[in-house]
Amino acid sequence: MTEKVLMKGNEAIAEAAILAGCRYYFGYPITPQTEVAAYMAKRMPKIGGVFLQAESEVAAINMVYGVSSAGKRVMTSSSSPGISLKSEGLSYLAGSDLPALVVNVQRGGPGLGGIQPSQSDYFQATKGGGHGDYKMIVLAPASVQEMASLTVKGFDLADKYRMTSMILADGTMGQMMEPVSLEKVEATVCEKPWAVTGTKGERKHNIVNSLSLVPEELERLNFARFERYKKVQENEVMYESFMMDDAEICVVAFGIAARVSKNAIVEARKKGVKVGMIRPITLWPFPKKALLDAAEKAHTFISVELSMGQMIEDIELAIKCKRPVMLCNRVGGMIPSPNMVLEAIEKADKGGRK
Amino acid sequence: MEDKKITVFCGHYGSGKTNVAINYAFDLKKRHENVSILDLDIVNPYFRTKDSEKDFNEKGIELICSSYAASNLDIPALPSEMYAPFCRKDNYSVLDIGGDDRGAVALGRFSELIKKSGDYSMLFVVNFYRPLTQTAEEALGVMREIENACSLSFTGIVNNSNVGVQTNKEYIEQTFSHVQKLCELSSLPLVMTTVRDDLSKQFGDIENVFPLTLQKTILGG
Repeated sequence: MTEKVLMKGNEAIAEAAILAGCRYYFGYPITPQTEVAAYMAKRMPKIGGVFLQAESEVAAINMVYGVSSAGKRVMTSSSSPGISLKSEGLSYLAGSDLPALVVNVQRGGPGLGGIQPSQSDYFQATKGGGHGDYKMIVLAPASVQEMASLTVKGFDLADKYRMTSMILADGTMGQMMEPVSLEKVEATVCEKPWAVTGTKGERKHNIVNSLSLVPEELERLNFARFERYKKVQENEVMYESFMMDDAEICVVAFGIAARVSKNAIVEARKKGVKVGMIRPITLWPFPKKALLDAAEKAHTFISVELSMGQMIEDIELAIKCKRPVMLCNRVGGMIPSPNMVLEAIEKADKGGRK
Repeated sequence: MEDKKITVFCGHYGSGKTNVAINYAFDLKKRHENVSILDLDIVNPYFRTKDSEKDFNEKGIELICSSYAASNLDIPALPSEMYAPFCRKDNYSVLDIGGDDRGAVALGRFSELIKKSGDYSMLFVVNFYRPLTQTAEEALGVMREIENACSLSFTGIVNNSNVGVQTNKEYIEQTFSHVQKLCELSSLPLVMTTVRDDLSKQFGDIENVFPLTLQKTILGG
């Protein structure tokens, strides 16, 4: 009957993963992402898939490693403290060049923090978190529809580049309900000749491993991996440009912060302030070129974040510190109001005219 | 529908039970002196009855909920005060139950008291636009899971089908055939069709339309 379904962001991720061909989910409950696991627990047994509540986050991420080695689409999900626990596994996945989808529905931190939304795991997601030189593809949805579409995209990119894709959402995105059209969701299938699926005596055996004791060999692997990362940076940057044509002020925000900022920008435009927004959809690779180009016209940048100022560093690097970047932030589970962002825009507007 | 001393709202996770229960409590208060609303949600720490506490205080409706409700402390607990409404003779109680069979487990604790009262209705809130209850058959499956978990049987159905802010008359009308089928499969009556208050006027020709004023959310919708 319905082309539209009313879904929570967490449910949209789970259903989209199933549509993308994921039949293996391993997780451990934590608010505010528990609906991902709850949904998988109901759906997976009915479609011949596996739902397993592991004894811990550490166990779950290592189960992901195992299934990924066998060439199957696999995922896990958690919220901030749980992602910290998974970080060792994320490094091992990267060291073994294994594709996987990992979801972080962020909550306030550090430590146990709280259960309200946050974006303070930006550094953890984009700069590592685990040890060693590695990157993850980091996708930042700003609607329930994007929770679904980016989940599918995440699986596709992970397979294509043999990397981990992380959905970096926040508690609001996970909990809010919006109508979703799942007919738009379409996944691609990727051959995995490297997978450990049994040789049947017909080919040389494959090895999936992150241990390399010969330094020359380990160095070669690292350089080769970063060649691949370079291709991701060249080909896979995604962002939304909003009212940027004549913008003198450029707001940069992702996820829930971008939604709030959009309202503020519409209000500021009514007052005649030339302001727009660049919303990174991929946080890694970061839309560096789009921001550098924006710095031609914009005299001020505003980073709106639910953190103490993490993405702001990437903005400054991207625009090579050519323009001032203001920080407009709330933390601890608080969300900036459209009014707060509007005030920041007006402050930037006054500063720029001096 | 006839007012009962105890009205229980159960349903699939995210079907809109809390909004329906809150509005129903306000409606009861127009006709009865003593109205209580009981928050038995042990599943979800967000979107709680307690979020409307101010409105209950203003209207003189008694709110009984865990002291942890809406506190961000994620502890599924129920206070002993929950028993009070069952001990009173002149009280009308509205019970808001957590989603699915997992939420209905908490109701099981009170099932004997509810049966003993002999004056109750237990309503299945359904939104056919929610995943996992998109057909009458799926919805019936959830009904049976809930009944098994709480040892009580449903007495009626509330059609709360909507797609959030984008809901219009057509969206609601498209679910009429599904709810009719669910009524047939379960042999239960449709007691309410709940509609956001600004849309309810468009449904003048439909029986038992119940307008809803929605709880406020962060994004205003």
